[in-house]
Amino acid sequence: MIDFPWLTTLIVVPLVGAVVTAFLPSRPGAALPKQLALLFTTLTLAAAVGTATQYDTGAGMQLTETHTWIEAFGASYAVGVDGIALTLVLLTSLLVPLVVLASWNDADTRNTKAFFALMLALEGLALAVFLAQDVLLFYVVFEATLIPAYFLIGGFGGENRARAAVKFLLYMLAGGLIMLASVVGLYALSASQGEPSYLISNLAQLDIGTVEGRWLFLGFFIAFAIKAPMFPVHTWLPDTTAAATPGTSVLLICVLDKIGTYGMLRFCLGLFPEASDWATPVVVVMALISIVYGALLAIGQDNMLRLIGLTSLSHFGFIVLGIFVLNSQGLSGATLYMFNHGLSTAALFLIAGYLIHRRGTPLISAQGGVEKVAPVLAGTFLVAGLATLGLPGLSPFISEFLVLVGGFSHAWWVGAIAVSGIVLAAIYVLLMYQRTMTGPVQPGVETVVDLNRREVGAIAPILLAMVLVGFFPQPLLDVINPAIETTMTTVGVQDEPPTVPAGTQAEEDHQ
Amino acid sequence: MSVLPMLAPLAAEGAEHVPVVDPSSADGVFTLMWVVIALPLAGAAILLLGGRLTDAWGHLLGCLTVVGSFAISLAMFVSLIGRADDDRQVSQHLYDWISVGGFKVGADLLYDPLSALFLLLITGVGGLIHIYSIGYMAHDERRRRFFGYLNLFVAAMLVLVLAENYLLLFLGWEGVGLASYLLIGFWQYKPSAAAAAKKAFVINRVGDMGMSLAIMLIFVTFGTISFTGVSEAAGGAKESTLTAIGLLLLLGACGKSAQVPLQAWLLDAMEGPTPVSALIHAATMVTAGVYLIVRSNFIFDRAPDAQTAVIAVAVVTLLWGAIIGTSKDDIKKVLAGSTMSQIGYMMLGAGLGIAGYAFAIFHLLNHGFFKANMFLGAGSVMHAMDDDVDMRHYGALSKMLPITFLTFLMGYLAIIGFPGFSGFWSKDKIIETAFVDSVWIGILATIGAGITGFYMTRLMLMTFFTQKRWEEHVHPHESPKVMTFPLIVLAALSVLGGIMLLNDWIVDFLAPVVGTPVHHETEVPPIVITLIILAVVAAGVATAWFTIGRSEVPRVAPTQVSVFTRAARNDLYGDAINDTLVVRPGTHVVHGLTTFDKSVVDGAVMGQASATGGLAQVFRRWQNGFVRSYALSLLGGAILVVLALLVVNLG
Amino acid sequence: MSTEPYIVLSAILFTIGCVGVLTRRNAIVVFMCVELMLNASNLALVTFAKANGNLEGQVGAFFVMVVAAAEVVVGLAIIMTIFRTRRSASVDDASLLKY
Repeated sequence: MIDFPWLTTLIVVPLVGAVVTAFLPSRPGAALPKQLALLFTTLTLAAAVGTATQYDTGAGMQLTETHTWIEAFGASYAVGVDGIALTLVLLTSLLVPLVVLASWNDADTRNTKAFFALMLALEGLALAVFLAQDVLLFYVVFEATLIPAYFLIGGFGGENRARAAVKFLLYMLAGGLIMLASVVGLYALSASQGEPSYLISNLAQLDIGTVEGRWLFLGFFIAFAIKAPMFPVHTWLPDTTAAATPGTSVLLICVLDKIGTYGMLRFCLGLFPEASDWATPVVVVMALISIVYGALLAIGQDNMLRLIGLTSLSHFGFIVLGIFVLNSQGLSGATLYMFNHGLSTAALFLIAGYLIHRRGTPLISAQGGVEKVAPVLAGTFLVAGLATLGLPGLSPFISEFLVLVGGFSHAWWVGAIAVSGIVLAAIYVLLMYQRTMTGPVQPGVETVVDLNRREVGAIAPILLAMVLVGFFPQPLLDVINPAIETTMTTVGVQDEPPTVPAGTQAEEDHQ
Repeated sequence: MSVLPMLAPLAAEGAEHVPVVDPSSADGVFTLMWVVIALPLAGAAILLLGGRLTDAWGHLLGCLTVVGSFAISLAMFVSLIGRADDDRQVSQHLYDWISVGGFKVGADLLYDPLSALFLLLITGVGGLIHIYSIGYMAHDERRRRFFGYLNLFVAAMLVLVLAENYLLLFLGWEGVGLASYLLIGFWQYKPSAAAAAKKAFVINRVGDMGMSLAIMLIFVTFGTISFTGVSEAAGGAKESTLTAIGLLLLLGACGKSAQVPLQAWLLDAMEGPTPVSALIHAATMVTAGVYLIVRSNFIFDRAPDAQTAVIAVAVVTLLWGAIIGTSKDDIKKVLAGSTMSQIGYMMLGAGLGIAGYAFAIFHLLNHGFFKANMFLGAGSVMHAMDDDVDMRHYGALSKMLPITFLTFLMGYLAIIGFPGFSGFWSKDKIIETAFVDSVWIGILATIGAGITGFYMTRLMLMTFFTQKRWEEHVHPHESPKVMTFPLIVLAALSVLGGIMLLNDWIVDFLAPVVGTPVHHETEVPPIVITLIILAVVAAGVATAWFTIGRSEVPRVAPTQVSVFTRAARNDLYGDAINDTLVVRPGTHVVHGLTTFDKSVVDGAVMGQASATGGLAQVFRRWQNGFVRSYALSLLGGAILVVLALLVVNLG
Repeated sequence: MSTEPYIVLSAILFTIGCVGVLTRRNAIVVFMCVELMLNASNLALVTFAKANGNLEGQVGAFFVMVVAAAEVVVGLAIIMTIFRTRRSASVDDASLLKY
């Protein structure tokens, strides 16, 4: 089938699943909603794999579908996929079924079907965000993701969940509102230069003045910086991760937050190249602060979920750094980083969730000696932790190193500051591991049982993917690189050539 | 007659030639290069993922994979020897690892004389230590996992020495770090072991920072990070750039090789099982820093300032480690201090440039033999003494543990540099070369040798001689054959290691990698230097004999000791320095930032929320419920509108 | 015909009503004052209709009367209910709907 609407299928399958699950008879702890959720998320994964097989690495934006939506605004339902979007689609569709599996019993005492229906809705909307090729469509689904997210945090989290949900929502709405101003501004610009259109491809052709471009850029950037998040608009992050269920945190941090960095790549760089270049120095400094600041805060945490949330602040600093150093290593590294961070942080959240579920407290000081009673739990946690700290051989290393190389090529001091993140990462990960898993068995820990098959089943694919990508990242990079080259052409930047290229000095050396 | 044979300089007088890495593609037995790594890697995977299924035969599989790798390494070595001098570099391209823009890194292996020697050391000594561990870990219920970790280590170490580019080397570099972390913390239920493991990893990460930056700088400068590309282009780079790269690499090497200022982790690392200390923290991993510098000779040879820094670090460390060794009562910690010190010698050799590289590697190999031997011997002693490590509880064990004693004696004679034994040849060469470079460095290195004589003799005396001090319930016994066999082999190697210097074999063998040294005469004949070194060592030995051998050794360490002893017992305050300079300020920063985040950053946002709420508190007072006041404001509003209309319409 | 006296009368009546609403506490009196204001505006409307010679003002006055009648029904009912529950017809006493 040549014209099979792969991307619409991707978006529709989980949304249909959400509706079906939501209309099931309500019974807490019922198995049917879970099974249906697993079925629909697996179908989505199948659709994503199908999309990947249809994908042609050299062909740029493809599998596009465009239908007029609101003619007066020039808005259309337009979806398409390129290397960057495909990476994130694969990540999302891989993670959600695993989260469903890992969160199997998380909502047994509450409205089970709503929990899984919201997850499905979130997946569908997130996929729509990554695939949208129309700014208005993007904006609408961008904001729509907040609805399931809000209820997932506020309805199913732990202590302080209502407060955390409101904080999350207000932050996001504030960002969204600023972005709305820019979206309207884009319409005005587009309408003033002929037929109004919200298609990204058309908007990229617009002749945007320097000043207007910078203002519009700021609107988008602030929204994405809150979403990502970056210092100093990050404080919703640890509160949210501490209050939400680990599964929800995975969806929020590993999937939804990628919208922020994805948006920077797609919209900030794609639509406002001049402004992006103009903002680079400030953004790079903010990213560096995020890296160091997030890591330092993580070291001082006693709540595992807060800690993992704060490590993400550091990681998002790396991603934003990679995007704004504007060279191929940085950009490709940042895109791959989004994928890898999704994997490693998901693994950390889920395994920490297993432990917290068994112990009933997220406090690190209440654990100790878990390795003795639950070696598989400790072992998987260590692997996830090592991935987070960027150990070579696991996938996050590749992306982290690429971003560092990109940063160093941009300016040596950028690389030098960012590289301190690898030491701090080692400290927060290993300190957490030492305090939770090693040492004598603490009272209360002796009853901890090791992971069961379902739990291992939810984690194993993530760990496997991290090892595979760690040793064979090239297939993914081959998907990402062409899209990055296109972006660099749009922005009009090129890689700096080396000062003493190898292969030219042979003569001199032999004298 | 000079001990240093005459070397015919190939290059023009004074200008030493820095060789270029230019390997040919692998054929014949060399196509098995990847199998050398794959075998232990597969072993680790099977043992760690296989779970209890592999408990019964896991240790045998672990040994088998390493022995298999050794066999292939040996075959490749023989094949390499058979080739012409200028054809001794072979590379194998496995696949493209990372390729982004100009950043192209392949999973490429490089087999040359340097890698060849390391391969034999790692798989050979590694294999022996695996065999020894069968006996040593026999009663540990997690022995299978121990072998899994050991195999993982061997695989990573092999990647490190076979890598053809800096990033792949870094993969192995971090891999051995991971294995070291896992093995130091093998007995995780001991808080001290867990803390030591973390400390080792974190300090190593500081070094890795330097290593990462070095790789980035190399890429930015040369556009490649393969040894082939960099060695060819290095001549064209500015000296300042090369110095920067060299210093950053040195930082990495300091971390891995426990050189000052990143030395503090090594002594704590002795928390791991003894075979680990022998394999990782004596024979192989900790020498990776030396390997790195020798491998990067094309950079260091062109950056004299970086070389000077290497020498400075080396000299400080060789004295630092030796001084720590003099006052420790824990047998493993004495050996650990000694390891630091001996690596200092290797670093010194590496820092001396083309003249010293070969000797650094020579000493590295010998040290691998005799230090592994002594660590395993110490393990055998501990085995006999119910895992007691305090030498003050030993004494007069030579009769009880004859094989351990004799093999240990070989190691002892080798390390102090007794004429004829392996350590004599290699250490002597390094000190002699140091004298060529600078008399002061030579003198300091000689003093280090004297201290080595002292602390090793002290160890020997306290363990095997002097009066019996162990408790009644301890019944020392010789270890099983599976443990003594490796000891005997390693003892033999400790004695015979000097063979490699016969006919300058090792210097010539390594020449394609590190260049052919130009011979410089010392101001005094080499034989004089050798005699001076021997005299200093003899003085050290004699001092130990008179202070320890001739008097009663107290069972409890005396507390009324001199400032120097106290300093040495506290590792020359290395931990205290780290605490004061890094840990404590760091803790303050973390606490400060946590408060800052809560009060200022989050406070600003939450403050806005409170401000909005507060404003509402004020405004809501207007809704007082009195209808007449509402009516009044209604009237006021109406009048305002009318007035506004009037102003607009009339004005 | 001069409209001025009618307008002046209308203004005086409106002002009386307005002051009454603002100053009196008795709900019935306040209510009557509101009626007074409505009728004052009715007078003005009719006057302007006469002056302009069309019926629009007259129609407006009718609307006001209808609304006033409806308002009387609802308003008196509320006042009655309040009086029954609170035994007072003072508007200041009925200040529960606040903050």
